[in-house]
Amino acid sequence: MISRKLKDKMVHYTFFGIATFSVLIISFIFIFLFVKAYPAIDALGTGLLSKEWNISRNQFGILPAIYGSVFVAIGALIVAVPLGLGASIYLSEIAPNRIRMILKPLIELLAGIPSIVYGFIGAILLGRFLYDTFGMRGPNSFLAAILILGIMALPIIVSMSDDAMKAVPKDLKDASLALGATKWQTIRKVTIPAAISGITSAVIMGMGRAIGETMAVMLIIGSVMRMPVPFFNVFDTGNTLTALIAVQMGESHGIIINVLFAAGIMLFTIVAVMSIISDYLQVRTTEKFEGKR
Amino acid sequence: MIKKILGILKDDGECVYKELPNGMKMRIEDFDLWYGKTQALKSVNMNIKKNKVTAIIGPSGCGKSTLIRSLNRMNDTIPSVRTEGQIWLDGYDIYDDTADCVDIRRKIGMVFQKPNPFPFSIADNIYYGCQVNGMKVDKDEVVKRCLKQAAILDEISDRLGDNALSLSGGQQQRLCIARALAIEPDVLLMDEPCSALDPIATAKIEDLIHELKKDYTVVIVTHNMQQAARVSDYTAYMYLGELIEFGKTKQIFENPKEESTEKYITGRFG
Ligand SMILES: Nc1ncnc2c1ncn2[C@@H]1O[C@H](COP(=O)(O)OP(=O)(O)OP(=O)(O)O)[C@@H](O)[C@H]1O
Ligand SMILES: [Mg+2]
Repeated sequence: MISRKLKDKMVHYTFFGIATFSVLIISFIFIFLFVKAYPAIDALGTGLLSKEWNISRNQFGILPAIYGSVFVAIGALIVAVPLGLGASIYLSEIAPNRIRMILKPLIELLAGIPSIVYGFIGAILLGRFLYDTFGMRGPNSFLAAILILGIMALPIIVSMSDDAMKAVPKDLKDASLALGATKWQTIRKVTIPAAISGITSAVIMGMGRAIGETMAVMLIIGSVMRMPVPFFNVFDTGNTLTALIAVQMGESHGIIINVLFAAGIMLFTIVAVMSIISDYLQVRTTEKFEGKR
Repeated sequence: MIKKILGILKDDGECVYKELPNGMKMRIEDFDLWYGKTQALKSVNMNIKKNKVTAIIGPSGCGKSTLIRSLNRMNDTIPSVRTEGQIWLDGYDIYDDTADCVDIRRKIGMVFQKPNPFPFSIADNIYYGCQVNGMKVDKDEVVKRCLKQAAILDEISDRLGDNALSLSGGQQQRLCIARALAIEPDVLLMDEPCSALDPIATAKIEDLIHELKKDYTVVIVTHNMQQAARVSDYTAYMYLGELIEFGKTKQIFENPKEESTEKYITGRFG
């Protein structure tokens, strides 16, 4: 018979071990990325962050791809957050149970569709449609990528926000209704604030999907290393970090490979910065709603 | 005009109006309630007098909470609930198709069995009702007055910006009472408001109930016989979803007509 104290200790150390292991793996990935990217950083310096990309002239500025990644991710969020919030409010607070039971699994199913399918739809249907409608130069564009990524991010955002709002105790909603608040006031002033950290996580996950997505983007963004002109021109073509890596990787050698690893570091950094920003926002909103603890 | 304010109008503008006898604030008439297939209230008939305290007593699970929640249509939030019968407020049936739940709840405040403060600051908790109802009031004044009425201001006057969840259970319950007072309802429903309170706070709440009687009509559910006897003017005894006996508190406690009532009150129940 092991004493309870010892058992406690073992559990403690097991989980400590697992946590340490995860941190180690992430550190290794980062170190690996850095080692592999170093030759490019060493050789190109700040040229790496310029917007000139010309392989024959040995120019490897990845700024267009960095910009493209951020542009596409923000665009996708502008599409997906309002829609996703609306849908999750409907699902969790308004839809009768019967409808919810049908819709929720369907939405979760959407999240499981492989991204190449979305990319295909985007390239064939959406690209074509936008091309015909707006008379663009070709079927590829930021707009097509943004719309497809927005749609891809939707199921995660809807499903996670719905869970977060469903988890708000009924007591709280009852308290609000009993004070003469309407259903909508209750949603806006009680349910959403109480679920805000879950909703923020949902948005981060959605953004993660948008930034990390490769296949679908590759098919519709155009893969041109150029900044859109003007910079917010959604009808222009461009590139993202992920698409750049995926397209170049197979056919490149020498320093380009190192450049691609540097692109990987950028991707890593963007995600980290965004998650820090959202953590900060989360703390701020929580403070605003909840007062001092 | 009054009809307009209540918002209880038929589609063609006709009101379903029924004059209640003088001094009566609410009237429950042949009221049944089902949770899915199980019937929790069986043909309840009861009158609630204006500016009086009505206590509902009965063993656990007999339907006290269900009944008191029916009075401001809080049971509407449970999808499986179905009702029959009427509950009149000032002569209007709050279960009529045209009745507006928001107006009803604005007029009939409620304190729940379990304290349920919002995870906001203490002050925001109190102010919430005024805010959603568009009441033009001085936040500071309302917060202080309501907290004082609920006998909690002295304890927490320097922590109004703190999160309400940092309060103790009993303090949270008094905060909920204060919150219900902020919207100045006509009727105040209290579901075991003192179950989490110590004797001192309980005494304060009972004083408050006496005080409230002047302006409000109070309905209180309680497990505490002495409390029912102390604070209420009328008492309803329920058992298994039925209203067994209803009358003046003095009569119910001193001279109950039903055997079941007597057994319950004297603690020889079961
Ligand atoms: N949401 C619900 N769904 C289904 N049945 C319910 C629900 N709420 C209450 N009931 C049932 O209705 C009956 C009455 O419950 P109620 O909560 O009104 O009792 P109560 O008299 O308030 O009891 P207590 O003194 O323990 O608070 C019980 O049998 C209970 O199980
Ligand atoms: Mg109860």
